[in-house]
Amino acid sequence: MSVDATLSFEEAMEKYDPVLGFEVHVELNTKTKMFSSAPNVFGDEPNTNVNEVDLGMPGVLPVVNKTAVESSIKIGLALNCKIAESCRFARKNYFYPDTPKNFQTSQYDEPIAYDGYLDIELEDGTVFRVEIERAHMEEDAGKLTHMGGAAGRIQGADYSLVDYNRSGVPLVEIVTKPIEGAGSRAPELAKAYVAAVREIVKNLGVSDAKMERGNVRCDANVSLRPHGRERFGIRSETKNVNSLRAVEHAVRYEIQRHAAVLDSGEPVIQETRHWHEDTRSTTSGRPKSDADDYRYFPEPDLVPVVASREWVEELRATLPEPPAERRKRLKEAWGYSDLEFRDVVNAGVMDSIEETIAAGASADVARKWWMGEIVGRAKVADVDPSELGVTPQVIVELNKLVEGGKINNKMATQVLDGVLAGEGTPAEIVEKRGLAVVSDDGPLLEAIDAALAAQPDVAEKIRGGKVQAIGAIVGGVMKATRGQADAGRVRELILEKLGVQG
Amino acid sequence: MTELKNELIRHSAADLAAKLASREVTAVEVTQAHLDRIADVDGQVNAFLHVNSEEALAVAAEVDAARAAGGSAAQELHALAGVPIAVKDLIVTIGQPTTAGSKILEGWHSPYDATVVKKLRAAKMPILGKTNLDEFAMGSSTEHSAYGPTRNPWDLDRIPGGSGGGSAAAVAAFEAPLALGTDTGGSIRQPGAVTGTVGVKPTYGAVSRYGAIAMASSLDQIGPVSRTVLDSALLQEVIGGHDPFDSTSLTDPFNDLVAAARVGNVAGMKIGIVKELHGEGYQAGVENRFNESLQLLRDAGAEIVEVSCPNLKYALGAYYLIMPSEVSSNLAKFDGVRFGMRVLPKDGPMTIERVMGATRAAGFGDEVKRRIILGTYALSAGYYDAYYGSAQKVRTLIQRDFDAAFAKADVLISPTAPTTAFRLGEKLDDPLAMYLNDVATIPANLAGIPGLSLPGGLADEDGLPVGIQLLAPARQDARLYRVGAVLESILEEKWGGPMLAQAPLLGSASTTAGGSN
Repeated sequence: MSVDATLSFEEAMEKYDPVLGFEVHVELNTKTKMFSSAPNVFGDEPNTNVNEVDLGMPGVLPVVNKTAVESSIKIGLALNCKIAESCRFARKNYFYPDTPKNFQTSQYDEPIAYDGYLDIELEDGTVFRVEIERAHMEEDAGKLTHMGGAAGRIQGADYSLVDYNRSGVPLVEIVTKPIEGAGSRAPELAKAYVAAVREIVKNLGVSDAKMERGNVRCDANVSLRPHGRERFGIRSETKNVNSLRAVEHAVRYEIQRHAAVLDSGEPVIQETRHWHEDTRSTTSGRPKSDADDYRYFPEPDLVPVVASREWVEELRATLPEPPAERRKRLKEAWGYSDLEFRDVVNAGVMDSIEETIAAGASADVARKWWMGEIVGRAKVADVDPSELGVTPQVIVELNKLVEGGKINNKMATQVLDGVLAGEGTPAEIVEKRGLAVVSDDGPLLEAIDAALAAQPDVAEKIRGGKVQAIGAIVGGVMKATRGQADAGRVRELILEKLGVQG
Repeated sequence: MTELKNELIRHSAADLAAKLASREVTAVEVTQAHLDRIADVDGQVNAFLHVNSEEALAVAAEVDAARAAGGSAAQELHALAGVPIAVKDLIVTIGQPTTAGSKILEGWHSPYDATVVKKLRAAKMPILGKTNLDEFAMGSSTEHSAYGPTRNPWDLDRIPGGSGGGSAAAVAAFEAPLALGTDTGGSIRQPGAVTGTVGVKPTYGAVSRYGAIAMASSLDQIGPVSRTVLDSALLQEVIGGHDPFDSTSLTDPFNDLVAAARVGNVAGMKIGIVKELHGEGYQAGVENRFNESLQLLRDAGAEIVEVSCPNLKYALGAYYLIMPSEVSSNLAKFDGVRFGMRVLPKDGPMTIERVMGATRAAGFGDEVKRRIILGTYALSAGYYDAYYGSAQKVRTLIQRDFDAAFAKADVLISPTAPTTAFRLGEKLDDPLAMYLNDVATIPANLAGIPGLSLPGGLADEDGLPVGIQLLAPARQDARLYRVGAVLESILEEKWGGPMLAQAPLLGSASTTAGGSN
């Protein structure tokens, strides 16, 4: 496979203006499938979550899942779309074994939601409006596994296995209008857009929104045109870019590749591209032209979906607060700086912090624990911070132990490790591990005497007014007490002993 | 015993139901009589692709046991419990093969029952077997079946109509008192006409299509086949009603059909002759019987008016764009991947496309391929508006024509088919001539309105059955049964008995005269 030439991103930007477009497929988390009563469940044994409808047996008919329609309307409303009063499904005809009927039931010229927008906030706070052309309902295809041959690809495979569990899973496809004017921020915008869509569907509760499971899948369209030209260049469509980072990288890569093609004087080929995470590059898929003929026609087995205005308004009233507004509200309420809040958001612990505050911690304490302790441990364990096993109650309890002087901060992190190791509640761990700040001055005074005796010169310095030298003595005491002493109290006692004012 | 059985098979379903209820006969006797008749004559008629003796007798025995037990078990039995029925082999059944008349489904067993089959089972109607049809219901003669043609009991050298020739011939040959058919452009009514039986295409959506292998989804409708109008009403009430598995099924109960068949008068009703559905292109004997029925209805107190549906001249053209378009998509699933026949290419690379291609090339007959190709073309980008789009507009115009016609008449009337049964092979090489058989039946499918065909007598020139078609506005199926039953009784009075009494006896009965009729 030849490696495509690329220009540097900076050079590409100097010469060309990128235009983007996205098709984001969202798998809905309905109990049953789009058109059948089979369960919509991820990860089961192949071909178990299917019935005769999903398998396209002779004589079957589809029936629209009302919850999927509701979810689609909610997505449409969250994307500021208009909702069609009546819309139809259509058949997209093509032969492929992952599509049991050899047509996909989708929406063609009558999407349920259309003409919307989404305001995307970039890292530096710039707000970029992405226009939404449509969001339409359709069914997912089955999953093919190509056996034999190279790396699971169809080329060279001996045979293919097909799992229809995913066949008929409800999808909403969100299509943007061409996105112009992003300039060099195109890759960043791409990532932020997909992140925003993912966040919205998760917040609506209509999708599990796990990109690694394919709940949210992105096809990224990229074209370039010389600066100042109105007409769009020829686009490529990079399929199944399935992580936020990959979306950013794929758009950046395609911009660089297109620039090199255009620079060489060749035309860009309109085609689908495949994204490869390992090489962070794309390779040519099949040529795609606007003349692909799917012989769409209205699905005669389904009556139109009618969304009465009353129903739409009822659904609108149930929509949760939009994520962007919620962030604005929380940031103000918590009093975090821009940087602090962005770090919290990027670390994915905003919800956890909100819950921790709700459980009784202060905003600063919640942030200190989540950002200072838990995020790092989650990274090591390679899980989401919220999935590490730390509940808001644990943090509230730990904090109470610290504030009550029962343990110090250093011990608290040990207690946290104990919680994660499944040793019990913080109080139980303090007990079991024998962790407690030594609060009886007797043993401390002994340790102080020993430390002063061990370092008489330091003791002299302190007596002479060089109070900052006290650290060495405190350190000695802490070492002797294996960290169980309250360092503040130790300092007080040393100064008292030496008759020096702190 | 033979004589008794012969007598039993000549009874209508309503009569059989009465005899069963009074315990004059048992369901096993009735079912066995029909199975015997099938064994006797089906070698000549070829109405059945599969005979379901064991299960049918078991269901009959259940009915008899319930009746014998008395009490609630007997009371809960459906009125038609124990009355056997044949099912067109386009409708899927657990426990019996379903072929759709095609090689591509040879040996396939459905893992589920069609909704109508579930309803037959719930009513404990023994299913005698599956009846022959043109492949995937595409044809007007049953000659396009991959399993050989069905023959017309009136003349074994003639076609029984199609696509539901098997169901119509089974009922005409007394192999079954009732059958289920499907009607996309006349596949219940035209076979009814040429075999001297009653066939009804209900309002689109009145009967669930779930489990009827789709030909053209927006036109297909399951309906009853019988020897009397009342029997069809009884059967439509069994199979009709809303089905959550068919989103195009209506919520109307359609439970006034039997009562309508028993009203017994048409005085004051307006019956509209559709100007475009008779006359030129219709056989003289067909026209004569049609005119005779008009006079009889007039004599019975109906007002005969003439209406015009000018857009009906485009109906056949529109139908042959919409139907194949839907066919091309509906039949895409038959690809050898998940069920049915799989044919591997003889040589060359073994790719999925080539396996699908080889399977479809070997599994489908010519008429099916013709319609798939036609439909694929009609839906293609650049042609869609001109073909499929225009055809849908014609459909709307035809619906409006009917709306206007029904403003002037309660029901419409026409011959069901332009000719009587033609000879086997006569039109096989001329698809357009074959398509013309459905010219009078297709409009009802395009408009979604109900239509009924009943025997109107024998044509003077060939002595073969002529069908009279009644059409009613959507959801007004009851009107068909009311007018149909009245016309039927007037005609039978004129003939001195059912028209089918004049049909050849067939089988061993044809050599041992007597015992029947």
